[in-house]
Amino acid sequence: MRVQQLLSDERPVDILRGKAGSVNNLAIGDWLRRLFLYVVLVVLSFAFALPLLWMISTSLKTDPQVYHIPPIWVPNPIRLMNYPEVLTQVPFGLYFLNTLRYALPSVVGVLLSSSLAAYGFAGIRWRGRDALFFIAICTMMVPFQVVMIPLYITFKHLGWLNSYKPLVIPAFFGFPYYIFLTRQFFLTIPSELSDAAWVDGCSPFMVYWRILLPLSRSVLVVVGLFEFMAAWNNYLGPLIYLNRDELYPVALALRMMRSTFVEKLAWPYLMAASTMVVLPVILIFVIAQGFLVEGIALTGIKG
Amino acid sequence: MRILDSTAVKRQAIRSGRTRRQEIRNLTAGLLFVSPWLIGFLLWTIYPVLASFYYGFTRYDVVRSPYFVGLTNYTDLVVKDTSFHIALGNTLYLVIIGVPAGVVVAFLLASILNNNIKFRPAFRAMFFLPSIVPAVASAEVWRWVYNPRYGLINSIVTSVGFRAIPWLSSPALAKPSLIIINCWAQGTAMLIFLAALQDVPRSLYDASLVDGANALQRFWHVTIPMCTPAILFVTLTSLIGTFQYFTLGWLLTEGGPKQATEFYSIYLYRNAFQYFKMGYASAMAWILFIVIVVFTVIVFRSSARWVYYGGEAQ
Repeated sequence: MRVQQLLSDERPVDILRGKAGSVNNLAIGDWLRRLFLYVVLVVLSFAFALPLLWMISTSLKTDPQVYHIPPIWVPNPIRLMNYPEVLTQVPFGLYFLNTLRYALPSVVGVLLSSSLAAYGFAGIRWRGRDALFFIAICTMMVPFQVVMIPLYITFKHLGWLNSYKPLVIPAFFGFPYYIFLTRQFFLTIPSELSDAAWVDGCSPFMVYWRILLPLSRSVLVVVGLFEFMAAWNNYLGPLIYLNRDELYPVALALRMMRSTFVEKLAWPYLMAASTMVVLPVILIFVIAQGFLVEGIALTGIKG
Repeated sequence: MRILDSTAVKRQAIRSGRTRRQEIRNLTAGLLFVSPWLIGFLLWTIYPVLASFYYGFTRYDVVRSPYFVGLTNYTDLVVKDTSFHIALGNTLYLVIIGVPAGVVVAFLLASILNNNIKFRPAFRAMFFLPSIVPAVASAEVWRWVYNPRYGLINSIVTSVGFRAIPWLSSPALAKPSLIIINCWAQGTAMLIFLAALQDVPRSLYDASLVDGANALQRFWHVTIPMCTPAILFVTLTSLIGTFQYFTLGWLLTEGGPKQATEFYSIYLYRNAFQYFKMGYASAMAWILFIVIVVFTVIVFRSSARWVYYGGEAQ
């Protein structure tokens, strides 16, 4: 309900206006307040966009334009060549593929494991369920730093370092955050549906597979997107587990490019590379904005 | 009569037998469904947590096997290691100033968006976008924005005639500069607040209008109290995240200048993967864990006083 409100953009309570007044009440003061509100909004959103606009602008500059004071916003001429030059100077395509090579499998893993566990925590009543769920929630408090060292040593003994296994395999066991999200969603599905299936003699797995999953497409998309972005953004994990350049994901590669581009056009190249790292995430956002907003709103609901 | 009784008893016995069987079936099904998580929990959480607890009492360089040294790591950290004290202090600075700053920014953005405005999805997108920019990219962009001479801010500042601001290169400004980046990327918290704001019942605003409350009073006495559960949630998650703050600090300043941004996780990473003092780093990790738990419990305990759960019995 709330989520739908958020998406459908129904008129919310207007703090500044207060009462939904008639046309007569729309005094000049009111009009001024509205104007002020829009000015604040435009200024703020411009301020928030500035660093990214600055990134794009720099990525299109030549060397003298970069070091011009006061700064140039729209470079003339626009140097689009920075992009293909970055792509030829470093194997950017390889880094992209590397990232996908662990991001996509971990999305699959997370989707399978989280929805299974979430169904166990939401769809079936059993002794000890809530205690175990509470433990699952509490594990979100465990900092990665505590498990990082033993995991590194274990993966080293298993010979998994310099492979994507440490980044992929744990995803197949589910992460509490996604389990929590999916469970919250399952709880909103009316239990009559699965009860009816139970009475008809469906096994729990059938109820999960045939009834809950098809109804949960939206939350699965959210979990998948969150995991993809988390994998794309992950820096510390790859930093620990990978130390061969040819395995680097974009996150590590971008840092490495600082020492690759040291002379001319260093900043335009770095900003062009940054833009290419940001672009997929922005594309995902533009395509799936509704899902993401809904998913984050779902996080805030206390279970 | 007696016959009836005995059939009732029998029926009841059958029923309870059935429910017990049903109960066992539910238990196995439930455990089966959560088994991926349960196994993962044992493998990727319980085992490493216990192992790092053990490593904390050892000297361990990965090459040779761990050598038990008792409490030495802990006493060294607490008594001797000044870098550790600096790292802890820097991280507390970030938690005590950066977390509230982020919560306030997110809440204000959400409150502004919660008005009856045109193009709301567009404005919302503008405020949200920075939070999904990958940390590595955001590090490069801000390194350039903060560039002492040609960066976005200083090139404007100097062209207007002021002196350049030494953002990341001054020990005093380095941490505030990182907090500004943190406030820039508050999109997720903002969306959680926006959802909470839209849940505030209209009737409360109408009632406060009747009582003659002005906009500020309404915001302070209606809006904020009704959003305290969301504020608690965001504060806790951002607290836990900030204690583990690593990537931006590592990429922007690498701990400098003069250890001003040597945060807990950065110093821990150095010990583990640059100096290969795994035992020492494990002891650090456990101290971090305990600090996080203590802070979480304090915030939770205090929440009884300031979090308002509406009509729900909590």
